[in-house]
Amino acid sequence: MNGTTPTRWRWLLRNRKLTVGLAIVGFFVLVAIVGPLLIDDPDRITNDALVAPSATHWLGTTNTGQDVFTQLIASTRGSMTIGAVVGLLATVVSVVIGVAGGFVAGRTDEALSLFSNVFLVLPTLPLVILITDYVDAGGVLIVGLVIALTSWAGSARVLRAQTLSLRRRDYVDAARVSGEPAWRIIVFEILPNLLPIIAAQFVFAVIGGILTQAALAFLGLGGANSWGTMLYFALSGQALSLGAWWWFVPPGLCIAVLGAGLSLINFSIDELINPRLRLARHDRRARKRERWAAGEGGAA
Amino acid sequence: MRYLRRKILFYLVAVWAAVTLNFLIPRLIKGDPVAVMLAKTQGAAPVPPEARRALELQFGVSDDPLWVQYLGYLNNLLHGNLGLSVSFYPTPVTTVIRQALPWTIILVGVATIIAVGIGLALGMLAGWKRGTWLDNLIPATTFLAAMPYFWLALVLLFLLGQVLHLVPLNGGYDYSTEIGWNGPFLRSAIYHALLPALTIVVSSIAAWMLGMRNMMVSTMAEDYVTTAEAKGLRPRRIMVSYAARNAVLPSVAGFAITLGFVVSGSIATEIVFSYPGIGTSLVQAVSNADYALMQGIFLVISLSVLGANFIVDLLYALIDPRTRQAA
Repeated sequence: MNGTTPTRWRWLLRNRKLTVGLAIVGFFVLVAIVGPLLIDDPDRITNDALVAPSATHWLGTTNTGQDVFTQLIASTRGSMTIGAVVGLLATVVSVVIGVAGGFVAGRTDEALSLFSNVFLVLPTLPLVILITDYVDAGGVLIVGLVIALTSWAGSARVLRAQTLSLRRRDYVDAARVSGEPAWRIIVFEILPNLLPIIAAQFVFAVIGGILTQAALAFLGLGGANSWGTMLYFALSGQALSLGAWWWFVPPGLCIAVLGAGLSLINFSIDELINPRLRLARHDRRARKRERWAAGEGGAA
Repeated sequence: MRYLRRKILFYLVAVWAAVTLNFLIPRLIKGDPVAVMLAKTQGAAPVPPEARRALELQFGVSDDPLWVQYLGYLNNLLHGNLGLSVSFYPTPVTTVIRQALPWTIILVGVATIIAVGIGLALGMLAGWKRGTWLDNLIPATTFLAAMPYFWLALVLLFLLGQVLHLVPLNGGYDYSTEIGWNGPFLRSAIYHALLPALTIVVSSIAAWMLGMRNMMVSTMAEDYVTTAEAKGLRPRRIMVSYAARNAVLPSVAGFAITLGFVVSGSIATEIVFSYPGIGTSLVQAVSNADYALMQGIFLVISLSVLGANFIVDLLYALIDPRTRQAA
């Protein structure tokens, strides 16, 4: 980190991918928080069944006359909550297990690696289906918990590998020699340097959580009121054969746009970690400038 | 050899974990197949205790201590006995799985291989020609990757099936044909598989492309690529034999994991198309509280994931000598 930090920040602020990504995610967060306060009951049944989008029903209605736009807003909260729950839980577990394993090494590390490798090869969706079905009270928290439980292992592995390499750096040795306790080394020397990776894994877990829950809800198992639930009702309400595209297109589109926004954030984090990946118009300009400077005899 | 021994040991532990988890989950939480079966067939009429007992024996419900049940379960597994399916009573679970598995493996397997092939090739080119239009396409593909795959299936099915009538709306084959190695059946099966395969390819290609592109960018900065350039080798040769060959390594590992998930990866897609594969069976099992079938499918999925990973771990050791030493 050291001297490069200020330039990194300046670079982050100028990055267009990051700006667009943050704008998209911010918008959805805002809708999830404020949206449900501004709409009527999303389950209110009316007599205008399967009406195409119009001025009164911006996104049309379902087969029982519920307003699709209202449902979309209400579902945003459910899906975003799941994303946040899964992201937080999976990140915490993977940081604890990955960093602990990488830092402590030896037997503990081997045991923890084995543990996360077993979780890594367990297939997520069927396991989630099994558990949510057995637990059957499908609250948001339970579903989020189960998804998080089956999705932390990949990032734990990444974090462990990175901790292993950080552990052997000189500044960590210096801290150890000067008598810093292990927890202080982890919290103040290692974690700050893992931060970009942890952030990337968090974003990744959020996308994964939202997608997995959508698939579960689509199969009728998702619990919470979410975009996946809307798709489930659209399919079982024959939206496809009735030609009611306004019913099933918006929820999936929301997931795709939000997912793309999150991926854009991840792109810029990736480029932050690995400068070789950075490339854009100003990059090319910079290269030209370099060449020019070299031509002038870059004595500076 | 040490590497091989460690790997085998790991997979034995993983198989044991999967099998045990599979045994424990239903017993820890709930699930009485007899009650489900009776509720399904009897309605409100009382059942004589003997009949209930007979069913209990058939489904292997017992009050034995857990470890006795566990040993019995392992014994049954070794003999390939996964119990009876409640939703297809009295068909054994193994028969149900054997019928559904080929559909899923062929559809998802072929689609995955196509997606990986195209994705890696495009990723290689994008990384090679950085900053060109192909490379600038990468951020746009995130949109494809972020789409729920079953939603893409819904939209395409609506457009191509419902509006344009280009593809069949559901099923895995034309029911008027007879399943087997005959022309009409194979033709109808391929025709029915086109759209499901397309949705799987489209929704999974972006991830391969991105991973390969980033690895290409990294390997192209390596000294051996510069050396190859300095030697004056043809660009094509440098791209394929020097950069791509090394950049593809992480994708091989990813490919392994994906192949393992072929069996379970497209459950929701199968539902959209009412495809007669494992995913449809699993959802059917869930909605009928058919625990034996659920467990059986879960076991097959776990084992295929583990098997694919094992094979690729071995392959990896073969193509990348560093792995053997690091272990």
